Amino acid sequence: MTEEKEDKKRTIWNRKRRYYQPIIKRSKYWPVVLLSKHRKEFIEEVVENTMARINKLRPSKKELIEELETTHYREKQRMRSNPWRVDPPDEKKFWDEIKSELVSISNQPEGKEKAEELLKRIITRYENEISGNFKSSRYRLTRSIVKFGFRRLLNASQVKGIFAIFKTDYYLTDKIQIVGKTKLLRKLAKDNTIVMVPTHFSNLDSILIGWIIHVLGLPPFIYGAGLNLFNIKLFAYFMNSLGAYKVDRRKRNLIYLESLKMYSHNALLKGAHSIFFPGGTRSRSGHVEKSLKRGLLSTAIEAQRSLLMKEETKNRRIIIVPVVINYHFVLEAPSLINDYLKRTGQERYYKEADEYSTSYKIIKFLISFFTKGSNISVSIGKPMDVLGNPVNEKGESIDKHDNTINLADYFTSDDTIIENDQREDEYSKILSKKIVEEYHKSNRVFASHLVAWTAFRYWQRQYPKLDLFGFLRLPEDELEIDYEVFKEEVRIVRDKLYALKKEQKLKMAKHLEGDLDKVIKLGIENVGLYHVNRPLLQVKNKIVTKSLSTLYYYHNRMDGYDL
Amino acid sequence: MTSEKKRPVAVLGAGSFGISVANLLATHDQVLLYSRSIESIEEMNREHCKKGYKLHDNITATNDLESILKECHLIFPVVPSYAFRDLMRTISPMLHPYHILIHGTKGLDIQIPEGKTLDDIENLSRKEVKTMSEVIADETSVIRVGCLAGPNLAKELADNQPAATVVASHFEEVISMGIKHLRNDRFQVYGNSDLIGIELAGVLKNIIAIAAGALHGLGMGENAKGLLISRGMIEIMYMGRAMGGDLRAFLGLAGIGDLVATCNSTHSRNFTVGYRLAKGEKLDSIIESMDEVAEGVNTIKIMKRLTNYYKVRAPITQALYTVLYKDVSAEEALQYLMNIPFNVDIEFLKKLD
Repeated sequence: MTEEKEDKKRTIWNRKRRYYQPIIKRSKYWPVVLLSKHRKEFIEEVVENTMARINKLRPSKKELIEELETTHYREKQRMRSNPWRVDPPDEKKFWDEIKSELVSISNQPEGKEKAEELLKRIITRYENEISGNFKSSRYRLTRSIVKFGFRRLLNASQVKGIFAIFKTDYYLTDKIQIVGKTKLLRKLAKDNTIVMVPTHFSNLDSILIGWIIHVLGLPPFIYGAGLNLFNIKLFAYFMNSLGAYKVDRRKRNLIYLESLKMYSHNALLKGAHSIFFPGGTRSRSGHVEKSLKRGLLSTAIEAQRSLLMKEETKNRRIIIVPVVINYHFVLEAPSLINDYLKRTGQERYYKEADEYSTSYKIIKFLISFFTKGSNISVSIGKPMDVLGNPVNEKGESIDKHDNTINLADYFTSDDTIIENDQREDEYSKILSKKIVEEYHKSNRVFASHLVAWTAFRYWQRQYPKLDLFGFLRLPEDELEIDYEVFKEEVRIVRDKLYALKKEQKLKMAKHLEGDLDKVIKLGIENVGLYHVNRPLLQVKNKIVTKSLSTLYYYHNRMDGYDL
Repeated sequence: MTSEKKRPVAVLGAGSFGISVANLLATHDQVLLYSRSIESIEEMNREHCKKGYKLHDNITATNDLESILKECHLIFPVVPSYAFRDLMRTISPMLHPYHILIHGTKGLDIQIPEGKTLDDIENLSRKEVKTMSEVIADETSVIRVGCLAGPNLAKELADNQPAATVVASHFEEVISMGIKHLRNDRFQVYGNSDLIGIELAGVLKNIIAIAAGALHGLGMGENAKGLLISRGMIEIMYMGRAMGGDLRAFLGLAGIGDLVATCNSTHSRNFTVGYRLAKGEKLDSIIESMDEVAEGVNTIKIMKRLTNYYKVRAPITQALYTVLYKDVSAEEALQYLMNIPFNVDIEFLKKLD
């Protein structure tokens, strides 16, 4: 009791500035700083571990040479069919050399050493490419730019007048709400390694999450960012300074994938808090992730097992924290949903345009985001261990009967902790399921989701004979709903949502309470706010749509709830 | 083998199948056999025999669950489905994630709202109906779970006749533990990764076993049995799919293998229930006179309501239900089945992949 009081006194939450105190004040003790300070040694270690791993998978000389040949072939293909601006200029030379040496090795009778040497060169190259280069000075600068810039914009928009740009009445935290298990997360981050697993809707997510982490007073997290984002200079700057390491989705060869996994695995062992976007890429359909990529999740499980196996680290926990980001508006929605529909294959949609193609467009978006309405909420889900069990403040796993579980027991056979890939692969399925469950529970419904769902389902019901794609092909001007009818429909759905909330199956934003007309107005005003073709509009006493596919996208957010 | 003392293996439940499993295990390991009844424990430890089943010398009967679970990491729960959840609740505090549970219970678990009985309920969904591995997941922190299924009639196993079983689990280590501890030169063990599918195959085949017993009791011949087995197979596959199992499981040892064995055997309890029903006995008196549970009876009761919910066509199950609970005679039920227009033989197989 007294302890709790004292905790409050220590003002975790700075009321004036609305930021949490950092849990580690001096940046030189941040795990990510320690990591980049010893970058060279770290990479050497990762290379060594990756070597060992590949050698285990390809034990004979013949197998290894085959693997190297495959890798060379695929890299050649990639360079020819899909070159990017970020690709280093010496790439061709490097792989040509590998090829010529491969030819000479396979003709020689000697052992595996030469092939291993080549392997080492490739892995070293990959690891250097993957490795981020975090600099705390740059992190601070970026953070200040983000904070300062956004705040100025915000104030200029909220308080009228040209000088308002110098006022500081409004803070980013007014615009972006953080709800959920924030305090528990802060406590756990002190002695454990956090793996944050957010839902992924927009390319802005990583910057947003970076900012959230800062507000919560946590030291910076590392995360894998698509190499394609480094094509754009503005993004490249942000990413580099926020602790990103690079993930090249074009490279799907075994050596690269193992290098990548090992990098993340070793970083976790070093205590670097990490962000995994476990959906792999942004949700194309607008659905909250239903299935997750298990590659990265199994890295977390393997890392936990490695920690448990060593006496000096056996008490350190890897803690998984699901995070759900809720938007009224996703900038990329129209192109994402078209991509999705095209892939599911029933319609020819127009060519995808990349909204992020230039820095200019992004800045334009940011300005409109901060000067117009549209809030964002970030829900921090229940922290869990690598098996999906909830954890208490000490990081101990808790079972269904509120007893603590000895985590090592999951990895034990015949009284010893052992490595077992197949077992851990099954564990990653369990973890993935638990994360998805937590996503749905932490999902915070906004008015815009409510109206999108209601309108889409209403219209779909009017055409029972059409399948989804037939329905989506309908001309938009054929669809309208009388306001009063719509209001009734919204009321019914909202009641169902309340029932689900009571069962703790989802969360609802505060603004959904009260007067239904206001809720509808807010929803319609905000759903897909900045799209050229608005998913929903009210014209006199009719509800209409200008883009059925975008409406479908926002509606999907609430799919899977038995509504 | 490690220098440490080898851990014993546990079997929970000393029914005829529990004893069979314990005997199989005892050729390799020391076995602790749990039974609730003190008398029967004393009898087993004294006579090395129970109700005509011989017990291997390596088997020790006990009712001390705490020390069983402390000493053993590999555990075979083989209790009737109605007692399964209670047992798991009891032992849950003593179970840890290092334990491996391989159950041999071919029945279903239901959970219905308090104050209601199954008779008040028309439809049941998968929310209320669970397989035993799901009960383990509900009640305990054990993750490495598997099941035993296949043609394993206790009497034949006791006579050391050749047989085989399936150990199903998502975990390869559970399967290899099963193989290591159960296999001998008269007993083959197969592995399967489709845990739910194999559980359902073992559970649902009991329905058809009762029907086969009834046909036999009515004096029907082999043509009728062929008809029943093939139609019955299709019916349980439909039901299995509705419950989330992979159809392939039904084509193996735990499906067809077990079905053929139980549909021809007077040793099978489920077969016996059907046989005696056809002879005109009432269900209550049959159950009363049997000293072990025929899981199929309860399975029919549950599956009738589950097929209502999932709208699965299950004429054999429905007909048996009326015989068991609605005083319809076996003869009438058979007439009803013969009058259903089945027109396509195995239409669903197209959708198998």
